[in-house]
Amino acid sequence: MAERKGLDPIQKELLAQVADLHKMPEGAYSLRINGQLEGKNSSEHIQIVKKTDAPGIDIYIQPGTKNESMHIPVLLSQTGLKELVYNDFHIGADCDVTIVAGCGIHNAGDSDSEHSGIHRFFVGKNAKIKYVEKHYGSGDGKGGRIMNPTTEVEMAEGSYMEMETAQIKGVDSTNRMTKAKLADRATLVIHEKIMTHGTQFAETHFEVDLDGEDCGCHVVSRSVAKEDSRQYFYSKVNGNNRSSGHTECDAIIMDSAKVVAVPQIEANHTEASLIHEAAIGKIAGEQLIKLMTLGLTEKEAEEQIINGFLK
Amino acid sequence: MLELKNISYSVSETLPSGKTRETDILKDVNLIIDDRFVAITGPNGSGKSTLAKIIAGIITPTEGRIYLDGEDITELSITERARKGISFAFQQPVRFKGITVKDLISLAAGKKLSTGEACEYLAEVGLCAKEYVGREVNASLSGGELKRIEIAMINARGTKFSVFDEPEAGIDLWSFQNLIEVFKKMHERTSGTILIISHQERILDIADKVVVIADGHVSAVGTKEEILPELLHASAGCRYTATPKN
Repeated sequence: MAERKGLDPIQKELLAQVADLHKMPEGAYSLRINGQLEGKNSSEHIQIVKKTDAPGIDIYIQPGTKNESMHIPVLLSQTGLKELVYNDFHIGADCDVTIVAGCGIHNAGDSDSEHSGIHRFFVGKNAKIKYVEKHYGSGDGKGGRIMNPTTEVEMAEGSYMEMETAQIKGVDSTNRMTKAKLADRATLVIHEKIMTHGTQFAETHFEVDLDGEDCGCHVVSRSVAKEDSRQYFYSKVNGNNRSSGHTECDAIIMDSAKVVAVPQIEANHTEASLIHEAAIGKIAGEQLIKLMTLGLTEKEAEEQIINGFLK
Repeated sequence: MLELKNISYSVSETLPSGKTRETDILKDVNLIIDDRFVAITGPNGSGKSTLAKIIAGIITPTEGRIYLDGEDITELSITERARKGISFAFQQPVRFKGITVKDLISLAAGKKLSTGEACEYLAEVGLCAKEYVGREVNASLSGGELKRIEIAMINARGTKFSVFDEPEAGIDLWSFQNLIEVFKKMHERTSGTILIISHQERILDIADKVVVIADGHVSAVGTKEEILPELLHASAGCRYTATPKN
């Protein structure tokens, strides 16, 4: 593990929050701080190349790469900075890799700070990929902490992708767009976790095209909306072939929050099997009472229920 | 020791005419519970579960006082009573998305348990533990499984006054025999008091004391030898007439 000397305490905290890292790993990584590529490292099987025509990087993972991981955190601690970054992932056939991304914004000033990342994944035949993305915000400035991630996925035959996205704290506004196209026997699993509070706003869109035979997807969103925050969830699964699709939104609503969930399924093939579910509700009184009979206060019980729900 | 003094509980409902009607659920209940294993029984709707919830602090009595080891706990919250050593097992166990069986048993124990420790509590209630510790306490568990997890949580708490509201409800016949064995073991081990609301003769049969509640008041208190014959007689169609002794 090589420690990066250039990080200040705020940046170190952001890095720990979004990537669980206190030092940069020995393997492949790319670290972007305040709009600049601060450092990158390629490994034997994973090459990271800086784009020349736009901000961002190309990641090439050699076919057959197994049990490797890479980290691509982005940190913003400069008030008022706005950036748009393009990252393309070219994942070779038969890979089995984990990619940890994430964005942390610390805004102590009055101007908005914004990071928009456009990630494109080209997942090779029979490749298996786990993609983890965490968003986090901190700072007591009046300026907003804004993140607008776009993810586009093209999955080749027999590939498998698991996406875990989490936005639990400190992001004032987010508009997430995820689109995926699946070929034969490809499987996409998405788990989204969001918690908003104050006057925060979060909108997520998922659109999955089940183009291949026997491909399938699960799109599951769990969210908690507190205080005056607003959340909008739109999900559309298109069954264009013999395939299976499932989309689900489960939300806890509290205080004066607002939650809109619009799961949509569209069958364009008689062998497409599609399910959508959506549930929004407050924390059940009986759940609070049960945990209070174990000695927890009402506030502690509420925290346990929310933490469990978003775990 | 728990003492209930002049406990009454009534609810009001608005009639179609707009008038309100008061319905008494419990009427001037006086009871001292100081044995190790006490069973409360009585007809459906007699107020047994209401009394159990009043003890746990889930319902506030309209009148009366509750004393735990001489301390007036009437005004204490659910949390405060739990911290004083009162446990409550629900008749309809609660489900939680995302919270695992191990999480709940750890919360009950008040400390983070190892998988092995959580398994021990589950094994005591007849659950093949390894299959359950990591499972979410959600709709994937049957009612009977949830009831046994509920009992495991009470065991993990190890409190001095444990209330079980109809633990047999929703449990199949095969599991019921196991349940009896669980309560027998608890009876042997406990240094506190177990209070069970039950309709089951086999549970009443292992109690040190049986309390009968009918129509909102205590109609009889005694040993099983004193109470059971009359109860069985009453269930055969004869009115129960035993005299309160407490």
